[in-house]
Amino acid sequence: MLTSLTGAVESGLLYALMALGVFITFRILDFPDLTVDGSFTTGAAIGAVMTVNGTAPWIAVLCAFAGGALAGTCTGLLHTKGKINGLLAGIIMMIALYSINLRILGKPNVSLRNMDNFFNNVSVMIVMIVIAVAVKLLIDLFFKTDIGLSLRATGDNARMIRSFGANTDVTTIFGVALSNALVATSGALVAHYQKFADNNMGIGMIVIGLASVIIGEAIFGARTIFRATLAVVLGSLVYRIIYALALRIEWLEASDMKLITAVIIIFALVVPSTRRLIKQKNIARKRTAEMLASLGKAPSGGGR
Amino acid sequence: MLEILNVSKLFNPGTVDEKTALVGANLTMKPGDFVTVIGSNGAGKSTLMNIISGVMKPDAGAVKIDGQDVSALSEHGRSRWIGRVFQDPMAGTAPRMTIEENMAIAYTRDKSRGFSFGVTRAKRAIFKQELQRLGIGLENRLGAKVGLLSGGERQALSLLMATFTRPQILLLDEHTAALDPARAELITELTETIVRDMKLTTLMVTHNMEQAIRLGNRLIMMDKGRIILDVPEERKKDLTVEQLLGEFERISGKKLADDRIVLG
Repeated sequence: MLTSLTGAVESGLLYALMALGVFITFRILDFPDLTVDGSFTTGAAIGAVMTVNGTAPWIAVLCAFAGGALAGTCTGLLHTKGKINGLLAGIIMMIALYSINLRILGKPNVSLRNMDNFFNNVSVMIVMIVIAVAVKLLIDLFFKTDIGLSLRATGDNARMIRSFGANTDVTTIFGVALSNALVATSGALVAHYQKFADNNMGIGMIVIGLASVIIGEAIFGARTIFRATLAVVLGSLVYRIIYALALRIEWLEASDMKLITAVIIIFALVVPSTRRLIKQKNIARKRTAEMLASLGKAPSGGGR
Repeated sequence: MLEILNVSKLFNPGTVDEKTALVGANLTMKPGDFVTVIGSNGAGKSTLMNIISGVMKPDAGAVKIDGQDVSALSEHGRSRWIGRVFQDPMAGTAPRMTIEENMAIAYTRDKSRGFSFGVTRAKRAIFKQELQRLGIGLENRLGAKVGLLSGGERQALSLLMATFTRPQILLLDEHTAALDPARAELITELTETIVRDMKLTTLMVTHNMEQAIRLGNRLIMMDKGRIILDVPEERKKDLTVEQLLGEFERISGKKLADDRIVLG
């Protein structure tokens, strides 16, 4: 139980970077970017193949970051300059990346066993806590800079930020690139952690990222950027812990995990909104009862 | 300061919905001019605003600011010279960001944006001082999300954000039309003070005849994409709403048709 919990926390931290990337597009830019499924694998492929070919693992991870940024830039260009619907632009890139990833990998999967590894001789837990916290804080700082503010405004009120001189095409492309760079970095780290990269490892990644964001926001709140990014990292941890617990249920199999993810995300979406609705209804009922009561006391007109 | 030279604009050219928005419109504004614009439905007032700000490109003609031809520049390319307040009180501010963050965005309108912090202690002091101008206590709520403000408060903030960096041109697009009378009056008063104090060259579209006469030093009237009347300061002082409506009928040969007209 304890080992599986440790494993869950480690995974949670590894995938937290991906979740932060999803947070940037979904929440900050208000751009539902599905490139993630492809760019996660791109990162893993770059991270694995370069390491196999003898590059230092940390350089391979940095290159994965750059590769993800490039993929994100393409999606951003398709959407802003090509005027393609955001969802469609992401799907197109996701499909394109499937082939590109196979090219990078050269075969459906690449093993990193007995190779130099990013996590050699270090505690995965400690390294990942440091990386996740550092990335979270860097994102917080970035969104307080002038560029960061114009990026947030792009997702909040594009017309307004254009009238204040920001090129929303540029801010959108930049945001999507940054998001996918984080996603790809997460992919590279996951490949090193599990010691292989597989062309299918990115499938459903967008849903997992979204689940982390939504679970985090539901439990920890998202009033400020600092709180929101913290919620995303913690949400990723919570998701992995739920995942680990679900796997311990006897009649569930590993292949059921995508379904479980879908169920988790449905719960995280439906429960808060239903709770709000019920609460509002109760308040309305109470207020109406109060008003009716005060009406009853008032002298009624027309009675002779 | 602002020159509009022979500007024409067609909507949906070549279709049954073809509509002339502007035909050979000419307007020259001197520095410090405060021009109010009135006109019937579809006269081209909003199109004129959109062409000056770069949201739309004219089919023919040119726009010059400070003698420089800006016709080829996009909206964000010319916004360093232009401050703008929209009719919709929600349009000029970012609701999920705080008052000081919105002010920081406005602060960098005429600067390039880099990786320095948007809100610093020094800038916060400037924002506080500027917000005091509005006299509605926003200077004490710097950290509040703009989405929590009322429509009037948001429009006041929009007005301040569009003006406190002293743009060469200020465009006001019926910026009081969506507010209740009391709020509209507040925003009108603020507009008057801010434009006078900062000596801004201003173009204001309005449906309020009384406001059009009371504010500014010049009044223009538009109909069917043309500027049909240009009232200079001397004549504007003694103008009445009745005279204005009569003038419109005389020139255009019909009554002023404006769904949202407010006689004052």
